[in-house]
Amino acid sequence: MNWELIFGQIKWTSFVFAGMIENPSLSEAIASGAGSIAVLGALATVILLTVKGWWVPLWRDWLTSVDHKKVGIMYIAIALVMFARAVIEAALMRAQQLAATEGAGFLSADHFGQLFSTHGTIMIFFVAMPFITGLMNYVMPLQIGARDVSFPLLNAISLMLTMAGAILIMVSLVVGQFSTGGWSAYPPFTGIDFSPGEGVDYWIWAVSLGSIGSTLTGLNLAVTIYKKRCPGMSLFRMPLFTWTTLCTSILMIFAMAPLTAATVMLALDRYAGFHFFTNGDGGNMMNYANLFWLFGHPEVYILILPAFGVWSEVVATFSSKRIYGYTSLVYATMCIAVLSFAVWLHHFFTMGQSANVNAIFGIATMIIGVPTGVKVYDWLLTMVGGRIRFSTPMLYHINFLLTFILGGMTGVLLANPGVDFQVHNTLFLVAHFHNMIIPGVLFGMFAAVQFWFPKVFGFRLHEGLGRASFWCFAPGFLLAFFPLYWLGMMGATRRTYMWSNPDYVPWLALAMLGAGLILAGFALMVTQIVVSVRQRAQLAAPLGDPWDGRALEWSIPSPPPAWNFAVLPNVSSQDPFYEAKKAGIAYRSPAAYEDIEVPRNTATAPLIGLFACAWAFGLVWHIWWLAIASFVLIWVVVIARSFATDTEETIPAATVKAANEAFLAAARATPGVTRDREMTSDNKGRAHPEALEGRAGTIASGTAVEAL
Amino acid sequence: MTRNSRKGGSVTLRGIVGLLAIGIPGIALPGMAYAGSFLEPAGPIASAQLSHFGVISALMLIVIVPMFVVLPIVLWRYRRGGTGAYRPDWEFNWGLELLIWGVPVALVVALGTALWRQTITGDPYRALGPDPLVVEVVALDWKFLFLYPEQGVATLDLLALPEGRPVTVKLTSGTVMQSFIIPQLAGQIYAMAGMQTQLNLLADKTGDFTGRNTQYNGLGFATQSFTTRVMSPDAFEGWVATTKAQGTALDAAGYAKLLPPAVVNEPVLYSQFTPGLFNQVMASFAPGMFQHHGHAAMPAPPAPHQGHDHTPEAAQ
Repeated sequence: MNWELIFGQIKWTSFVFAGMIENPSLSEAIASGAGSIAVLGALATVILLTVKGWWVPLWRDWLTSVDHKKVGIMYIAIALVMFARAVIEAALMRAQQLAATEGAGFLSADHFGQLFSTHGTIMIFFVAMPFITGLMNYVMPLQIGARDVSFPLLNAISLMLTMAGAILIMVSLVVGQFSTGGWSAYPPFTGIDFSPGEGVDYWIWAVSLGSIGSTLTGLNLAVTIYKKRCPGMSLFRMPLFTWTTLCTSILMIFAMAPLTAATVMLALDRYAGFHFFTNGDGGNMMNYANLFWLFGHPEVYILILPAFGVWSEVVATFSSKRIYGYTSLVYATMCIAVLSFAVWLHHFFTMGQSANVNAIFGIATMIIGVPTGVKVYDWLLTMVGGRIRFSTPMLYHINFLLTFILGGMTGVLLANPGVDFQVHNTLFLVAHFHNMIIPGVLFGMFAAVQFWFPKVFGFRLHEGLGRASFWCFAPGFLLAFFPLYWLGMMGATRRTYMWSNPDYVPWLALAMLGAGLILAGFALMVTQIVVSVRQRAQLAAPLGDPWDGRALEWSIPSPPPAWNFAVLPNVSSQDPFYEAKKAGIAYRSPAAYEDIEVPRNTATAPLIGLFACAWAFGLVWHIWWLAIASFVLIWVVVIARSFATDTEETIPAATVKAANEAFLAAARATPGVTRDREMTSDNKGRAHPEALEGRAGTIASGTAVEAL
Repeated sequence: MTRNSRKGGSVTLRGIVGLLAIGIPGIALPGMAYAGSFLEPAGPIASAQLSHFGVISALMLIVIVPMFVVLPIVLWRYRRGGTGAYRPDWEFNWGLELLIWGVPVALVVALGTALWRQTITGDPYRALGPDPLVVEVVALDWKFLFLYPEQGVATLDLLALPEGRPVTVKLTSGTVMQSFIIPQLAGQIYAMAGMQTQLNLLADKTGDFTGRNTQYNGLGFATQSFTTRVMSPDAFEGWVATTKAQGTALDAAGYAKLLPPAVVNEPVLYSQFTPGLFNQVMASFAPGMFQHHGHAAMPAPPAPHQGHDHTPEAAQ
């Protein structure tokens, strides 16, 4: 048989370990080490699942589930696994740049190129996107009083496509090389003439899978918000996190399409000899730059808006106060969403267009600063008149307010073409977008994990370790990225594996220190989760409302039942659960229960994900039989599913009643804890509303925190 | 930009950098090295860019400072157990609302005005005076080719310029997109195959200034820099004469030899080059060029990179 017919372009030298054998060096050893970790990690997972007998529960309860809550959890699990890889890559790059100031360092130029490409691609498409998507999936339906999203199966398919993309990127650690074209993959460098081989193809297909998944998610979540709100939940009674989810979903619908178009066109250039973006024959890379940033700029708002929603929930809850300027915040969010489509050109002021065009896009960029500034000051004013508790999510929020506006300042600087001409493509730019994405999006997601974890799993996270982790992450970020502003102003270019400029060394050393602190923060975060799981009995808060919450998700048990709400709530105000607690009508038994229909589990989504992954792998390596067979199988699964009629199961009213009445009885029987005892084992999730505490009475300033 | 505003800009800048550096002990600010960046400009364009950086930073402090002042006060007063009155249902105030929308709007008007003026005056396509020296730049893999049509000489990785004379740099690429910058003289602009971009600059100091490509283009990217040597007009004339006398000629075959990716360790001087080479490089990417017109002088299309087994060292 013909090797190439079966294995396409895979050769034994394609495996990462071959490089170590043929050309041993530290750089190759690190690559092999990373490949080994990927292989051993996968192997360890398989062994663990087999030994523990978890294959069946994994398949039955998780992979085939279409429950929005489980889908959300799986998204966040993907994000955390991929984060571990990408953050280590970041630390490696930092170490290389520091080591390379005298000599060439320990990474080869090619290895470094792959590292910055995978780091960026993973952090955006397989950390930030799944993180926000998972969170929106989990929280939004609970906030609008819905039992699931509008299209639960489509939701699971989106998840599995994203997972397929993530797996493809992990496979690239072991088989073959990744692209060195950066996360934006500008042609003609990424064209077949200049980047032959599989690297760019890995990028194209991983990103395409993720972007198709995100388009479907956007459609799904937007329709859910429009159609599935519970009675009384008018748009202007929706919690702010739901509002930001709506804006993000709309952005996803419109912004992912140009990306998919760009990656498909790049693929046609590479596979079929097209000339969309090639140097010769009428191709023009400027079209790619426009398409990519037509996606790329809305993308940053896709990421930041859900985080803004988290901040709104966190600041109101931990200030025990209504959000200031709700309407203002809604309009500001919508302004940002619309304007985000009008600024993409500021990513290439340097491409030679006229000064007038540059000026218009520069000013449009500055205008986005207005609604963003309003939001920042709305959050500040929310604290005015509140009783602020410095819990972990609130610490992240305070850190966010202070660092985000500094990132806003450098963003406005970059919006000036005259400044951008100097610092474009330098570490100044790198520092700027990390300054927006780390304290804004990533820490927003960390705050969300601390905040909603007890809702998802029924027990709180260890507060002391949470704070310890924060106190590594926050200064770690400052140390790792503020020196980069200065380095960028001194002309240090991005994506550079070595400099010979001694002026850079002290700043690179500071940044390395910061990277170390960030790694320590991540280690503490993992420790926090492990310790919390072990101490879950002490930390249990099954009654659902550990933080004196305000929106509907806090009114149901933790973790929520499959049907979310035993009876769909009827809402008559903003902050409905908070108002009910204040009026003393929370936890009342409903008049009647009805049967609830929930979608059945199905193998459709995981099968589509599996075949999509195989299809993409086949395309990357030109294994045509695999690509064709997988593509056909995807559609076979879709068509087979269309014949399934029995897709829902009924949960009898009696079952719902028994579960819900038990929960309500427990909630009523448990005395509410005050905020002083919030972080102790007294907190079982029944809150004594802060608003009912004596307004004049003295309140202890410190809150008790459990010891490790 | 006037000399005064330039100075003001630098002072503001130092102040901001000082702010950022607070809390990082052991780093001395005075006498700090600027690594040959636009922080020590050597021409009016870079100088105006630095000054504009300072102006925008200072204006932004209008919205930055209040947060740093007010947030700690609010946190202290309204902490649980603090003295601030608890008003759990307070959610709106028209006065504050006008303030938080009004101040940013006013600020953006000011910033936008400054941006507009600086963008128009600092347009890289705007010539900085009559009779500019024209330099044509071909970005190649890991080196830059400079062509002087007026003088008839060419160089590789060395840009010689006379002090005080406006310069018009015309750029194209013989390979992937690159971004050309000489930070102490002017900002960057992309060089793209089959297309021409332009950068106008002026040096008002003599000396050596580093220029480089900032757009990743493969293994040799990190070391793709060149020296910009600004000399007195007389010295420049002398340099041209010497180059004409000493260098070798660059013809189509010589250009074709430059196309394979390689890092250049020492600048190369050419006493003459094929006239119209810059336009020929651009035209070589036009559709159907080879088939229909068959320019005999045209170099072969660029050789592809050699993928992962091609190291910059090996290419030298």
